[in-house]
Amino acid sequence: MTDASAASPPFTDREQQREAARIGMWVFLTTEVMFFGALFLVYFYDQHIFHDAFASAGGRTDLGLGAGNTAVLLLSSLTMALAVRAAKQGRDRALFGRLLLTMILGSAFLALKGLEYARHIHEGLLPGASFVYEPAALARPAELFFYLYFVMTGLHAVHMLVGLAWLAVLAVRARGADGRVDLGTPAEVAGLYWHFIDVVWIFLFPMFYLVRGH
Amino acid sequence: MEEDRGEVILFRVAGALLALLALTVGLSFADLGRFSFAVALTVAAAKALLVAYYFMELDESVDAVRFMAAAGLVWLGLLLAGTLTDLITRR
Repeated sequence: MTDASAASPPFTDREQQREAARIGMWVFLTTEVMFFGALFLVYFYDQHIFHDAFASAGGRTDLGLGAGNTAVLLLSSLTMALAVRAAKQGRDRALFGRLLLTMILGSAFLALKGLEYARHIHEGLLPGASFVYEPAALARPAELFFYLYFVMTGLHAVHMLVGLAWLAVLAVRARGADGRVDLGTPAEVAGLYWHFIDVVWIFLFPMFYLVRGH
Repeated sequence: MEEDRGEVILFRVAGALLALLALTVGLSFADLGRFSFAVALTVAAAKALLVAYYFMELDESVDAVRFMAAAGLVWLGLLLAGTLTDLITRR
């Protein structure tokens, strides 16, 4: 049986270990900022050059679905923050329930996203040989818009899948913890990742759903 | 075990986030001309700050953590500012 209060080598105490894990996760998230940042730069650059085409193409995404999905993701961040709170207090049952709720909301987000993808592909908005767009004069830059849309929301969805797998592992650990294992630090690190994915989406939402012509 | 600083604040932050979402969707129907995208991004930045500060617990993090978070923001700012300044000042 592991001693819940002992630190793992090379750390001398739990708090030191927790702080190191936190900092390590933030360093990783900083590299993620640069990873998504490069794509954001491409978007802003193209949005400036092809302003009218992006406004036109932005009108083709489903604002209702996008806003609903944003609300779902924001709520999943709330349940995640509550899960971390429970983990720090050693309340394993509450942690398990809140993780489950977070995973349900995350899965709902991905399901709605999948529905959107299917619709767009059906409408011929998947960039490539089958891409069709009216007015035809805006087709090339509109294709660029949807290329960025699929790449950026797709990478975001991949991050969501990783996050869901991470939370599932954590939930299994919480289930068998019985108060013997301190899950405060693992939950907090997973929470940082989950909230980061939320932050990325917070910016993707105006870029792909609120950019529209009047 | 940590001192519970209250889950109420987390619910309040979530409420504020949803209110900001409603605001930005509402504003997208108003014709703000060329400022509409900038306004939408400003609301997004406010939401991101709320998530980072309260949900990601920057409010109670040590300086090293805050420094890393700020570093990411500054590097990204340099990347965007440098390139976009070049773009918008070309003739």
